[in-house]
Formats: sequence, structure tokens, C-alpha cells
Amino acid sequence: MTIYKDVLETIHMLEKENLDIRTTTMGISLMDCFGRDHRAASRAVYDRVTSCARHLVKTADDVGDEYGIRIVNKRISVTPIAFAGASSTEEWLLYARALDDAAKAVGVDIIGGFSALVHKGCTRSEESFIEAVPYALAETTNLCSSINLGSTKAGINFDAVGKMGPMIRKTAWLTRDNNSFGCAKFVAFANAVEDNPFMAGAFHGPGEGDVVINVGVSGPGVVKTALEGMEGATADEMAEVIKQTAFKITRAGQLIGREVSQRLGVPFGILDLSLAPTPALGDSVAEILEVMGLERCGAHGSTAALAMLTDAVKKGGIMASGNVGGLSGAFIPVSEDQRMIAAAEDGCLTFDKLEAMTSVCSVGLDMIAIPGDTPAETISAMIADEASIGVINNKTTAVRVIPVYGMKAGDKVDWGGLFGSAPVMEVNGFDSSRFIARGGRIPAPVHSFKN
Amino acid sequence: MKAIITVIGKDKVGIMHAVSGVLKDLSVNIEDVTQTIMQEYFTMLMLVRIDEEKTGFRQLQDALDDLAKEMNLSIRIQKEEIFDVMHKI
Repeated sequence: MTIYKDVLETIHMLEKENLDIRTTTMGISLMDCFGRDHRAASRAVYDRVTSCARHLVKTADDVGDEYGIRIVNKRISVTPIAFAGASSTEEWLLYARALDDAAKAVGVDIIGGFSALVHKGCTRSEESFIEAVPYALAETTNLCSSINLGSTKAGINFDAVGKMGPMIRKTAWLTRDNNSFGCAKFVAFANAVEDNPFMAGAFHGPGEGDVVINVGVSGPGVVKTALEGMEGATADEMAEVIKQTAFKITRAGQLIGREVSQRLGVPFGILDLSLAPTPALGDSVAEILEVMGLERCGAHGSTAALAMLTDAVKKGGIMASGNVGGLSGAFIPVSEDQRMIAAAEDGCLTFDKLEAMTSVCSVGLDMIAIPGDTPAETISAMIADEASIGVINNKTTAVRVIPVYGMKAGDKVDWGGLFGSAPVMEVNGFDSSRFIARGGRIPAPVHSFKN
Repeated sequence: MKAIITVIGKDKVGIMHAVSGVLKDLSVNIEDVTQTIMQEYFTMLMLVRIDEEKTGFRQLQDALDDLAKEMNLSIRIQKEEIFDVMHKI
């Protein structure tokens, strides 16, 4: 049997290296549900989500079983709810509850799309949406929210950036009994992608079709193991091995994604190959950097190592599938990565180093606990920095910071489960408020004028 | 439908007999088989063809799960394509 070696290698990846399909996300368009009567529209949203996704979980589990690859999460993303055009918190909450209830009814742990796209400007309706987000996050359990604040084509909506700090602080306050967990369900984006299957930032973009299946594959453990034993190898030799490994992981994901979409009778959208860590041992992106030769993630050289990793992952993915999309690269969520937590506790990984690393990773400042008394303007300023990195470099960036109520730098917060635990990181204490108060719009960069 | 069965466990008498017995009972044909002992561990790979009209994938999986428990082995069954797509360009 010629595939003897391949079979054992695959089984080793599955059993020892945590290879899995991280998420099968069903994107559902809600465009035809919206109308002037928000009570009726929110009922239509519930009906549409539950009817489209009623077989999602079972189908994904069946396919996973047959191929012997676990599909860890089954999720749903919907059209950004801000398109519903409501105008009060009470009306927005109707939609939040409808989505949350629908997710629970079909057995999905997270539904994304309580979102708005305000990168160029904000309508009055969207302003009321931003005010409603903290209440929606506090009241629901399975709902995730995101707001796109900038794009390379449009620049950065600096007015909206200014609103983010107070909004995040308010969410932290409303969910203070739960270590401000509400903030872990919100992402502030620049250059958000419309087909990302990973939470908390997934939404079904307005350019998408009715229903679609997007798949997110991961496997930092597999890449780490492939690099172990390459002592003395050059950087390009390592890149080659990462590429080959990414190829294999992507192929597995594509097979599973196509099968799920075929059985559900729904078109297959994209495959997002992102090395996404989990709190499980050996499922760490930071550990890959350590195997490459850094004492700890965050040491000088971390940005270079991460850049090479992200790029090689993308190249392997593109070779393996014509449907690679989403964010594809490497995620660096601090609280979800054991070795990143360790690096933060050692003082090796700082907020500023993380910001530098986000210029080459696939998203941004992710799952970072900061002191509860961090001023709202400072949070807005962090988002402005991150959005600028995205807009100037033509990449997606995001901020998911959690100002944990009542905690100071050095304390440790534990959210449990997938979201892990994290040391509260020190932030720069100097004031940014006069800059943030200016509002307006940061113009699009010169390279946006490609036409 | 073609599938690959992987059996791994501490070596003892009768593993191959027991596994092929389950397959015979469910009309599953063995097309190829390879077996070795690695560090005292019995490792066997089987390429089988399942006649879907006679036997459901889940039914076979359950029968192998029962055998795995009974004989204290790890038995996996996976559709063949997964190995093809991952390892061939």
C-alpha cells in the first residue's frame, strides 16, 4: 500500500498535533428580512436563520466523523445587522435577541454579524446602532459584534473611532460581573473581509449571495511539529516546510468544506487557512516562533518570524485550493495561546511589540486584557493606530481589547473555555484625548488611487 | 465507497481475525492490507470497499468501535479521499 506513510502521518496530525477543522460557518443573507416594522423584521430574521441552519450542526458532525477530522465549531454569520435601519436601542435589541435565540435553537455556539460598516461615514441609524452594541453584548450570550471603521479605499472614519473607546468601556462596565467578557465578543476592524469564517469578526458581507458555507482550518500544532527536528535549517528551508504543511491542512479543509456544502445544498464559499491557537497544550502560534529559535514570543525577531510564517502559510494555502480567502495567515490572540500568555507574564511580550507583530499577522490586537481604568480615548487611540496599520498596508486589522473592570496591570483574568485566561497588560499611560477629540476622517492613503 | 481502516494497539493473538470477522459480517471487502509491529505495537492499515447498499458507513463505524472497546485497540475508519487530497498535488 503506497499511502501507508501518508495515512500514519495524517493520523499523527489528528491525534497528536490537534489538526482540526476549526469552524464551518454558514453565511446567511438577511437582506430580504429587513423592513420598517422592526418587530416583524426581527421575527423574519429568526425564521430565516433557523430554517437555513437547521441541519448545519448534524451535517458537519456527520462529515467530520466519516473523514475522521473533527469540525470543532459550527457557526453562523449574517448580513451586518446595521442594514436593518432601526433607530433606537430597543429596536436594535429585538434583532440581537432574535439572532441569539436563533443560534441557540440550531445548536450553534456563536453567531456573528451584529455589525456595521461605517468606514466612510455613519448614518443616524448607525449611530444609534453603536449606542446599542454594549447592551446587546451584555444581554446575549452567543452573539458577536463587529464594526468596520476604515478601509484602504476610504480612509478612516475618525468620528466613529472616537465612539469606540466609550462603547468598549460601557460594554466592560455592563458585563463587569463576568470579567467584562462582553468586550471579548466585539471586534473593531479596518479592511474587514466579507467572507471571514472566524469569530468574533465574522459577518456575511453585502456582496455575498443568499447562503454560503465558509470553512476555517487551523493547525499550529502541525506546523510546530513539522519544524521540530529542523535544527540548523535555514530560514528558507523552514518556509518551505511550512508551505508544504499548510498545503496539506488546506486540502483537508477543502474536502470537508465541499462535502458539507454539497450535503446542505449550499454553495461553497471560501476556505480560510489561519493558524489559530487555542488554550489547549501544543496548539500555540507562539510556540512555532520558539521552535524557530526565539527564546520567547515577543523577543526581537518575533515580527520577522511571524511575517515569514504568515506568508508561507498563505502560499501553501493558495497552492492547495482555488478558494482560499478570508483572513488566511496566523492569529495572535494573547489569552488563547499558552505560550503567548507565558511570554506576557515573563514581561517579554508587551503591548507595543504586539502592535508591531500585527503589521504582519493576519489580523490584529486580539484578546488582550488591559487595565479597567484605561481611558476611553486611549482605547480609541489604540484602534486608530491599528486601523492605520491596516489601511496603509492594505491588510485587515482588528482590535479586540478587554478593559477588565476593577483590574490593574499584572492581575490575571480567566474567562474559561475557548477564550482562555490572560495577564492584564500595561498600556501607555500618556494622554491621547486631544487627538481623538478632533474627529473627522483620516483621508485614504495615496495608493488607494489605483484606477 | 472506499475507506481506510487503521488499527493500532498492543499486539496480541487474533486482532486481524477479529477485524476481518466484523468486515465479513457486514459484507465489506478488503482490497489491500498491510501490517507491522512497531515498538510492540500492532499497526495495521486496511483499504476496504463498502457496498453502500448493504452497509451504512455509520453501521460499520459502530461495529468497529465496539470491537475496539472489546479488544482495547484504537480503530479508525476514514474515507479514502482525505489521504489522497492531503498528500497528492
